[in-house]
Amino acid sequence: MKFDTPAAANPIDQLKVVGKATDRIDGPLKTTGTAPYAYERHDVVANQAHGFILGSAIAKGRISRMDIAAAKVAPGVIAVVTAENAGTLGKGKWNTAALLGGPEIQHYHQAVALVVAETFEQARDAAGLIKVDYQAEAGAYDLAAARNGATVAKGEPDSTVGDFNGAYTAAPVQLDATYTTPDQGHAMMEPHATIAAWNGDKLTLWTANQMINWGVKDVSQTLNIPEENIRLISPYIGGGFGGKLFVRSDALMAALGAKVAGRPVKVALTRPLMFNNTTHRPATIQRIRIGATREGRITAIGHESWSGDLPGGKPETAVQQTRLLYAGANRLTAMRLAVLDLPEGNAMRAPGEAPGLMALEVAMDEMAEKLGMDPIQFRILNDTQEDPEKPGRPYSQRQLTECLRQGAERFGWAKRDPKPASVREGRWLVGMGMAAGFRNNLVTKSAARVRLDGQGMVTVETDMTDIGTGTYTIIAQTAAETMGVPLDKVAVRLGDSNFPVSCGSGGQWGANNSTAGVYAACMKLRQSVARKLGFNAAEPHFADGHVSSGGHTVPLAQAAKDGDLVAEDQIEYGDLDKKYQQSTFAGHFVEVAVDSATGEIRLRRMLAVCAAGRILNPKSARSQVIGAMTMGAGAALMEELAVDKRRGFFVNHDLAGYEVPVHADIPHQEVVFLDEVDPISSPMKAKGVGELGICGVGAAVANAVYNATGVRVRDYPVTLDKVLDHLPEMT
Amino acid sequence: MRNHGNADVSRRGLLLGAAASAALTATPRHGQAMPADADVPSAPHPGPVPIMNPVMNRVSLTVNGAAQTLEMDTRTTLLDALREHLRLTGTKKGCDHGQCGACTVIVDGRRINSCLTLAVMHEGGSVTTVEGLGTPAKLHPMQAAFVKHDGYQCGYCTPGQICSAVAVLDEIKAGIPSHVTASLTDAPQATNAEMRERMSGNVCRCGAYSNILEAMTEVAGQKMADQQNGRDPA
Ligand code: FES
Ligand code: FES
Repeated sequence: MKFDTPAAANPIDQLKVVGKATDRIDGPLKTTGTAPYAYERHDVVANQAHGFILGSAIAKGRISRMDIAAAKVAPGVIAVVTAENAGTLGKGKWNTAALLGGPEIQHYHQAVALVVAETFEQARDAAGLIKVDYQAEAGAYDLAAARNGATVAKGEPDSTVGDFNGAYTAAPVQLDATYTTPDQGHAMMEPHATIAAWNGDKLTLWTANQMINWGVKDVSQTLNIPEENIRLISPYIGGGFGGKLFVRSDALMAALGAKVAGRPVKVALTRPLMFNNTTHRPATIQRIRIGATREGRITAIGHESWSGDLPGGKPETAVQQTRLLYAGANRLTAMRLAVLDLPEGNAMRAPGEAPGLMALEVAMDEMAEKLGMDPIQFRILNDTQEDPEKPGRPYSQRQLTECLRQGAERFGWAKRDPKPASVREGRWLVGMGMAAGFRNNLVTKSAARVRLDGQGMVTVETDMTDIGTGTYTIIAQTAAETMGVPLDKVAVRLGDSNFPVSCGSGGQWGANNSTAGVYAACMKLRQSVARKLGFNAAEPHFADGHVSSGGHTVPLAQAAKDGDLVAEDQIEYGDLDKKYQQSTFAGHFVEVAVDSATGEIRLRRMLAVCAAGRILNPKSARSQVIGAMTMGAGAALMEELAVDKRRGFFVNHDLAGYEVPVHADIPHQEVVFLDEVDPISSPMKAKGVGELGICGVGAAVANAVYNATGVRVRDYPVTLDKVLDHLPEMT
Repeated sequence: MRNHGNADVSRRGLLLGAAASAALTATPRHGQAMPADADVPSAPHPGPVPIMNPVMNRVSLTVNGAAQTLEMDTRTTLLDALREHLRLTGTKKGCDHGQCGACTVIVDGRRINSCLTLAVMHEGGSVTTVEGLGTPAKLHPMQAAFVKHDGYQCGYCTPGQICSAVAVLDEIKAGIPSHVTASLTDAPQATNAEMRERMSGNVCRCGAYSNILEAMTEVAGQKMADQQNGRDPA
């Protein structure tokens, strides 16, 4: 199905199933521990051996000698895999560094060996017997020090509109501020894990991967085997947040180990290995300049960002939203990329916007204060209904102003004292902050297969993944709505490369595109059903498990009485995303209390008002938003991978050192979805929502801390040591 | 005290095994950071490494009401005994270090991190895992409340959250105080603050906290109602 004109009325608009707050259909499995994750598949293949990965002890250099003799003869050991016996390996398109290091080492904890043994305990013990001599080389690990040598990244030219420098210089009110965001870890709860089994030259990987088809391609390129010999299976994924977009060393090493051992091998990354072995969100240095008239109209807006990555890597696109979010005739954005020898930087939930808005939305707060304006008014005044870089290119929908207005009302913004550090409750300094949220809606093709059987059961198959996003349920809702059956007449099978290729899970594109693909397949199935039932007339009506046309009604199941009917189709897009800017919007509101004696920061209330197209399942969509708000609160208040700048690694590489929010940190969270349908995005008229919740919320927290204390922290995270020395005198 | 015969071998083996796994988790021989400007030899071994066969031990315990006897490497954690030996994979491994709570199970009535305890330490113990609370067809009230309030997303922390949540309500009922309990003499109540404090060892990176609290609040309320009606909640 080609989607190249805005959607007209269609079966999804019935909203009998779609759009209803629906319990997840996989809920009973997840809450009873019966949903199987990658490492747990005792059921799929017998005789699994255990693999344990050894990570490099240096960040950059070479292995000069490796002695695996003791490990090989250790009890229970079946095989030891290193670069020396792994054969010639390629590198996947989506990987920057090799997944197996040696002799060259590209980053700390890069995998250098896998020990395969009968048990986990034996493999772990034997891995400790491997002796590795390294020849370390000096590397670059400090973004601030490498900043001046940073260059324009390939394919990421500066964007300019008008005369930024002239307009900024001439502006009567100016802000020029620099912000930093640290390296952050995905820290999903399920470690990267894979069971690999060979059957002749065919490889099956039960793994935890968000993007099944990318995974097949990258395994093929890495192992130099044809794609058709590879099967990836990921029905349940214990969180990804971008950290499982790509094939990682667990999958490669399990495959290599299984080959050498001659039997299935399972490998999970240990928690302390994950932070340096896999990818992370790169740190940024961001300089923002805003020039405005005294009335608060932005005349010049500039955003520059510096980040680092391994050679061949990419920048953190922190300036992305600044090209689109606010009006202003004179504009500049630029990104510079430094070469750093830290582990590979890559996408983490809302790459670009998450750190970008942490800076931009604090700058907007600072600018509003300079102008003596309410920060909401300042944003509303500079709203734009078209792409500010391309006048005449409209937004498909843009309800940012409405998000901010409704949010202000619900949150009691009018009660906020704009003068910082003026509200005290006992020992607590109390403040409110807000920020705009913004994240683009990406459209990309996605396929599905639908089967109708003689019992009237509809089964959907697609290689789409559910990483906690609620995919199983919204796909079931989509099929139920389109085929006119109740939810329990739909079965959904996901995450298998034998199924049609979907959009996968990433960039908050999963929900809209994967359901649109399922819709396309269902519409094709409806045609087969109509043909089979001899309904040649006008479009028949599918409802309540029946099909009717011209006064004639038959059970849907009857169409499959001679055998299953199967239809496969995909959604593909024309250029509506070129003609229209498609984005999602939010207003984030936060109240904090800061202990006037200790500087301890506590979140008291959080509210997000979101405009994100049709909300397919308000229950799971709300969870996506509160989860992202929680991660954003972590980014604001605690998350930081501490870099050892001499030795080049993240020091706090476990969940005790890398702190993420826990129950006690997070208050009740409120989420409001504005009534919105976006017929330009897809036949579902939906947009993404999984990342919108993290976009802007960190700045709202920082702005609330400023309002509470008068301390403006521009270097995240906003920890108590950064506010403590500047707190107002205790009275 | 003199050691001799088999007792000596197995004692030494146990200590060596334990030392090896401790070394790996703390500062592994291979995981140390090295100065960037020097040739780095691996840490010298104090002589040839003795080849030790794993020390096996038998442990009998009750898991979800069923008697189990396992012959296991003494280094096996309770978590791996459940997941790998009994194939009860509902209990999750998130960190293997007591930092996340994904492995929470209830042993002899108290919740523990099953990754932080060796299986052999639980001879005669009684373990309840998430599988022992309910099944998809017959959910425990806490499991049902998690579904109703969407108290999960990816589901990986969920069994640990649910085991903790069940045990937390029992702890409160038993009058066990927490860091936020205002008074040590009054019975603690299932308030938001109490529950959030007590649940803070269970990390949910998907960020379902607000919903988990709502699920627990509903079950706690139900529990109180049941107690007032003289019924014992299952
Ligand atoms: S796996 Fe036991 S606390 Fe994380
Ligand atoms: S549901 Fe994913 S970590 Fe809690």
